[in-house]
Amino acid sequence: MIWLVGIGGSIGAVVRYLFGQWMTNRFSNKLTFPFNTWIINLSGSLLLGLLANMYVEKEINDWIWYFFGIGFCGAYTTFSTFGMEVITLLQAKNLRLAVSYIVTSIILGLLFAAGGYFLF
Amino acid sequence: MKIFIVFIGGFLGSICRYMVSGWFPSHSGFPIATMLINIVGCFLLGWLLTTLKLNKNKHLFISLLFGTGFISSFTTFSTFTIETIQLLENQLYIFAIVYVCASILLGILAAYIGYKLVGFKVGENR
Repeated sequence: MIWLVGIGGSIGAVVRYLFGQWMTNRFSNKLTFPFNTWIINLSGSLLLGLLANMYVEKEINDWIWYFFGIGFCGAYTTFSTFGMEVITLLQAKNLRLAVSYIVTSIILGLLFAAGGYFLF
Repeated sequence: MKIFIVFIGGFLGSICRYMVSGWFPSHSGFPIATMLINIVGCFLLGWLLTTLKLNKNKHLFISLLFGTGFISSFTTFSTFTIETIQLLENQLYIFAIVYVCASILLGILAAYIGYKLVGFKVGENR
């Protein structure tokens, strides 16, 4: 089980890294708002909501949950980068952006997770 | 090569998260493990990124292995949101509110302490 979590997690980390690289190349750091992490955390919440529902309903095997749920989604999304980006925005005295980053990440994150969990 | 470094860091970070969450069985229903993991990770990343920024040499290897790889995979946002939804589903409303507020406030505070800690050390050396 631990290997499934590890491999799923390493793939999640690489996808997060590549998406970040792609966003940076695409928008060449013009964005002040940390859209990379924002998009990653919202899409990961939706996916994990979906998987958690299927796992609770016993529609997927344990190994799929450990690989995609705990491993991939867990590592793809990140809380520490979110926290650090809030500090960076506060340092730049961008209080309004920092607050909107926190509030939208939480409210939309919960809505996406609930959407995945209850709607499908 | 960079992708491989992130891969290794992500592997170790995810396994550590899985093991630590096994140490804190949530009999009470409160997801204490994820909360602690996220707060500790915020502190570590705040400290690491600020340290790397101060040392003018770009330690890309360390940043990718420990920052993008290990710490970012150790902490998780999706587990945080889905656990909150499950608390709400089980009508543990107070737990859900405490979980969200504590994770966010303490996480950001921890990142700030990690960031400040580096500043204090630099101050001492001067």
